[in-house]
Amino acid sequence: MILQNILQNAWLIPFLPFLTFALIGLFMHRWPKLSAALSIAMIAVSFVLSVMVALVVFGNAEGVVYETATRWLSMPGLRVDMGLLIDPLTAVMLLVVTLVALLVQIYSLGYMHGDPGLASYYAYQSIFAGSMLGLVVANNFGQIFVFWELVGLCSYLLIGFWFGRNSAKEAAKKAFITNRVGDFGFLLGILFLQVIFGTLNFSELAAAIPAYANSGILIGISILLFFGPVGKSAQFPLHVWLPDAMEGPTPVSALIHAATMVAAGVYLIARAMFIFNTSAPTMTLIATIGGFTALFAASIALVQNDIKRILAYSTLSQLGYMVMAMGIGAMTAGMFHLMTHAFFKSLLFLGAGSVIHALHDEQDIWKMGNLSKKMPVTTWTFVIGALALSGIPPLSGFWSKDEILLGAFAGGHIGLYILGTLVAFMTAFYMFRLIFVAFFGKNTAGEHAHESPAVMTVPLIILAVISVLAGFVGSPLMNNAFAHYVTFAGAVHHEANLTVMAVSAVIALAGIYLAYLVYQKQVIDHAALKIRFRGLYNLLYHKYYIDECYAWLIKHFIDGSAKILEWFDLYVINGAVNAIAAVTGRSGYALRYTENGQVQSYALYMFAGIVVLLVSALCAVFSALA
Amino acid sequence: MIGLAHYLIFASLLFGIGMFGVLSKRNAIAVLMSVELMLNAVNINFVAIEKFVTPGTGLGHTIALFVIVVAAAEVAVGLALIISIYRHKKSVNLNDFNLLKW
Repeated sequence: MILQNILQNAWLIPFLPFLTFALIGLFMHRWPKLSAALSIAMIAVSFVLSVMVALVVFGNAEGVVYETATRWLSMPGLRVDMGLLIDPLTAVMLLVVTLVALLVQIYSLGYMHGDPGLASYYAYQSIFAGSMLGLVVANNFGQIFVFWELVGLCSYLLIGFWFGRNSAKEAAKKAFITNRVGDFGFLLGILFLQVIFGTLNFSELAAAIPAYANSGILIGISILLFFGPVGKSAQFPLHVWLPDAMEGPTPVSALIHAATMVAAGVYLIARAMFIFNTSAPTMTLIATIGGFTALFAASIALVQNDIKRILAYSTLSQLGYMVMAMGIGAMTAGMFHLMTHAFFKSLLFLGAGSVIHALHDEQDIWKMGNLSKKMPVTTWTFVIGALALSGIPPLSGFWSKDEILLGAFAGGHIGLYILGTLVAFMTAFYMFRLIFVAFFGKNTAGEHAHESPAVMTVPLIILAVISVLAGFVGSPLMNNAFAHYVTFAGAVHHEANLTVMAVSAVIALAGIYLAYLVYQKQVIDHAALKIRFRGLYNLLYHKYYIDECYAWLIKHFIDGSAKILEWFDLYVINGAVNAIAAVTGRSGYALRYTENGQVQSYALYMFAGIVVLLVSALCAVFSALA
Repeated sequence: MIGLAHYLIFASLLFGIGMFGVLSKRNAIAVLMSVELMLNAVNINFVAIEKFVTPGTGLGHTIALFVIVVAAAEVAVGLALIISIYRHKKSVNLNDFNLLKW
């Protein structure tokens, strides 16, 4: 009874943040403190509800599946429902999103203290949380797309939150437009599904899809659908927006651009896995794009100097990991990594935010240094996050990363396994490069830093604890409990392989040790390395010149075609409209001379008209008679 | 014997004369009088058709009476307008009344 009640009322989880947004936007924007309190209280209620939902779902040995829907839009040939689909996958996402959103909102009290836009900041945070939760509980593609666009909008609003800064404005536009490219393909894919299968509902589609397995049309549709995650989860070649998105407030980066929204793409792949895994070429494409992005972004992160950008490239790299896991059929491992990554990466971002806050908006790691003395809580929680990210046992990142590597290794994707291990090494190296330079470096710029207030450090501590513990739910130590619930048709589970575990742990430790040698002991002179490998360094430092390539392409091709279209608009479309107006005007000018003011001439026209009408009527009558 | 056709032909002639007057006369008073001729031609039609087509219903008579009343009112308004214009223009020639043009 109570079980059904909780699931039936789960719609409140996305609804409450939306309500908060409306209340703040309409009535409460004059009282920022009250807005913040309401927003935090509502997301806390959503979190409690999510915990209850999770208890119900995981309380059952097989996991509960509950689905309900109400009609939102209906017309011939198209029906879009707003539904609620609660299964173990949803329950995990609900927990992750509400927990991280709650902690980030509390943290923002400290980070955004005194900002004049505090009320709108919390309004945006609320609508983001609502949209993300709405996306997670969706039971059909139409609903997913609606909320998918809403989270994109929130991302735009929050990246450009400090719109007085030109760079923030540009970054917001870049994020929005880049996502548009991906969403275009995604929408096309959804429309094709509607046209071919006549439904957008997941379970109805899942029943209809297998008949089309590996058909050309399904391969096309699944590749189009994959465009969405490529944009939203910032996979190569649409990754360019995510590093720039760091212009937003740091808590926003933690919530949206590390833990939740960018993971929506991975979630979508998991949710629509029944489509993807019936198409072998698409799976190969997904795995390749994911693996490439992981390596590509990790290599850029090696040489960046901005603390948030290092973390942003790390996020890209980890998202690539998750997408790769999806592509090689290790969906459970991918979702597991999504969960653990959400915790430790938001921890890292919030830690970075704490540092930036203490140093008055300084983001260059070389201008930090020796922060460990002044900011012990931030430092040690950050180190925990970095250890988890690097995959040091027994922290959460180790278990999830190990699952992915195991999936690649046991699934026979040896190339991707080696690539993944290499990325793990690079990850450990760049994270500890950051830590040794920023927190333990000899630079004294951090002398005046002070530890952040409790409202910021407590969320850090909570996230640190979760980052340590979250991995155990999916580890062999707890019988792979995570994999027991979050399963996918066609997914295979591999037995734990000690060799894979040992290799990944050793490789991560090696990365940390190398970073220690270079940046702490300075046995190897990093400045000399930079000069020695100047070409490579510049290539990485400039992010493989991808932005420059895009700028060049846009300048030469898009602007060129825009000029042609402008000409067409100016002379053909405008010309046609102006011609119609000119003809009307000229004929009016000519005809006005019939208006001579003489009553009798008007009367004559009238009689003439009547005569014409009479004659034509008579003709009609006679011809009908004849 | 005088039949319906005679009345209709007579009414048509009267109507034609009235129309000719409306279109050709330059004097506004004469135009008003011509309009009266046209109205009366219509009245003859009404009464004649009632007599020959629907005898005893009284419909034609009734409408003819209405037309006479309306014509009286129309003449009153028309003459008032003409007097008003005459005070401005010192003329009742329709050719001089050409204010409402391009």
